[in-house]
Amino acid sequence: MDSDEATIEVCDLTVRYGRKVAVDSLDLRVASGEIVALLGRNGAGKTSTVETLEGYRSPSAGRVRVLGLDPSDRRSHRALAQRMGVMLQKGGVYPGMGAAEALKLFASYYARPVDPQSLLDDLDLGGVARTAWRRMSGGEQQRLSLGLALIGRPEVAFLDEPTAGVDPHGRLVIREKVSTLRNSGAAVVVTTHELDEAEKLADRILIMDRGRIVASGSPRDLLASAPTAGRVRFDAREGLDTSSLAEQLSAAVYESTPGSYTVQLEGDGAAADTRHAVAAVTSWLAELDLPLASLRVGATLEDVFLDLTERPTGVDEL
Amino acid sequence: MTPVAGKIAAGGQGGRSGVRIWRAQTAAEIRSTLRRGDAVLLNLAIPVGMLAFFSLVKVLPLPSGVSRPVDFLAPGVLALAVMSSAMVSVAIATGFERQYGVLKRLGSTPLGRPKLLAAKIAATATVEVFQVIVLSGVAVALGWRPNGPLGLAAIALLCGTGAFTGLGLLMAGSLRAEVTLAAANGLYLALLLLGGMIFPISKLPTVLRYVAESLPSGALSQVLHSSVNAAASQNWGEWLVLVCWAVVAPVAAARTFRWE
Repeated sequence: MDSDEATIEVCDLTVRYGRKVAVDSLDLRVASGEIVALLGRNGAGKTSTVETLEGYRSPSAGRVRVLGLDPSDRRSHRALAQRMGVMLQKGGVYPGMGAAEALKLFASYYARPVDPQSLLDDLDLGGVARTAWRRMSGGEQQRLSLGLALIGRPEVAFLDEPTAGVDPHGRLVIREKVSTLRNSGAAVVVTTHELDEAEKLADRILIMDRGRIVASGSPRDLLASAPTAGRVRFDAREGLDTSSLAEQLSAAVYESTPGSYTVQLEGDGAAADTRHAVAAVTSWLAELDLPLASLRVGATLEDVFLDLTERPTGVDEL
Repeated sequence: MTPVAGKIAAGGQGGRSGVRIWRAQTAAEIRSTLRRGDAVLLNLAIPVGMLAFFSLVKVLPLPSGVSRPVDFLAPGVLALAVMSSAMVSVAIATGFERQYGVLKRLGSTPLGRPKLLAAKIAATATVEVFQVIVLSGVAVALGWRPNGPLGLAAIALLCGTGAFTGLGLLMAGSLRAEVTLAAANGLYLALLLLGGMIFPISKLPTVLRYVAESLPSGALSQVLHSSVNAAASQNWGEWLVLVCWAVVAPVAAARTFRWE
């Protein structure tokens, strides 16, 4: 990425609260037309990072530029506010205000807003145009919250858990709007705990742990590089004795959650072993006359996340 | 300079007129106030109820030289109404806006802190105009005949609005919503009892009288009493106290106000 093209540039950012270091010498660049998902456990430093980019916090050290400006500087923040969209994780709307009124009010803040009525229709909020925010469902509140972040045609958007508590139909609507925003040239930073959503939405995923970025790459790259790629998972009746399967495969087989089993293959030649393991699992279940509910080969983003953010024994949390 | 920074430096953001934003926000604040049942009760029902009840049921002491309760109560209840809408109503509404994340969200928009505070003051003043019309109408119906320099009364109400809105935002801008709710109601009660709105300050013990005269509620009610009565002379010391509160409280609020 050319440095001139970066919409967000963070160099050596540190955020401290007293003696606690929330963000530790973090470097980050996001280009225009890119969706970056920021993943991490609670307390990993995601919120402190994003709130510094939004201008709510000042860095303890380091350099932050959004659209070339310093968000912690009051005058720069005023200029940034015209080009920035923020979606909070929860709330952010007057509780008695309907969707149409909220969109119209927020549209009045911006120089070139999107037509509130068209946004209302795009977000499928026509049915709650006059319904008070506090009476809307969680999904409707999230969609309205996204709409308020998009109303000013932002060039950079920060979306905090955009699909949390949203039904599948609502998720589709939100994903579509975020993709459209990216296609319009905006840089989008999404913070989320929903790994599936991050995989579907993001061009690039950053995993944070204890204030640092511990992995970065496209969802495909992260999955391919996972040390747990040689893993086969299947769902069947709970409480099965898997010792014979483990013996046959010379691998660890365990019931990770009731009815969900994992075969963890070790050593080289993972691809061949995986094919062999799939055949062994299906024939083993057939011998037991048990149906196979589902089967998945390889690592998931959750595996990658858990592997990278596991804490070594004896290390205290910050 | 990066290309995006260059666009902004060249005025590419083309911000919307500050007055238009302020007007839209003021209208939203007024609608928001009207939707809240507690605000309608606090701003109108309680002052009207107090004015009517204590004017008709003669149980309160009156200051010397005043024979009819309504002549003392009308300016006092106008001061009470200003305190209700400018301090308690604003503090509670703003405190809960902080809790609901509304202030945080607004902090990332081009609205900005000065326009938000100005919109809140303008919305409060609009509600007060309505309060003054209704309360004055009820008082006149009860026999009140104001005959003093009413222009000074209007200035006093404006100063009171600034002072009490400042106090309300000072609480809401720095305390948690629940604490703001308790603090605003507690302060309301103290300022009501010591403010010469219902009980004459002249009837209080000497020490409490000195305290009352230094409070914004005491200063406002005293100034209003003398501004609606041609026979009364202006006490410029009371004006000085009121103006000081009208300047200091909003400045302190603006300095300490936090979006979250």
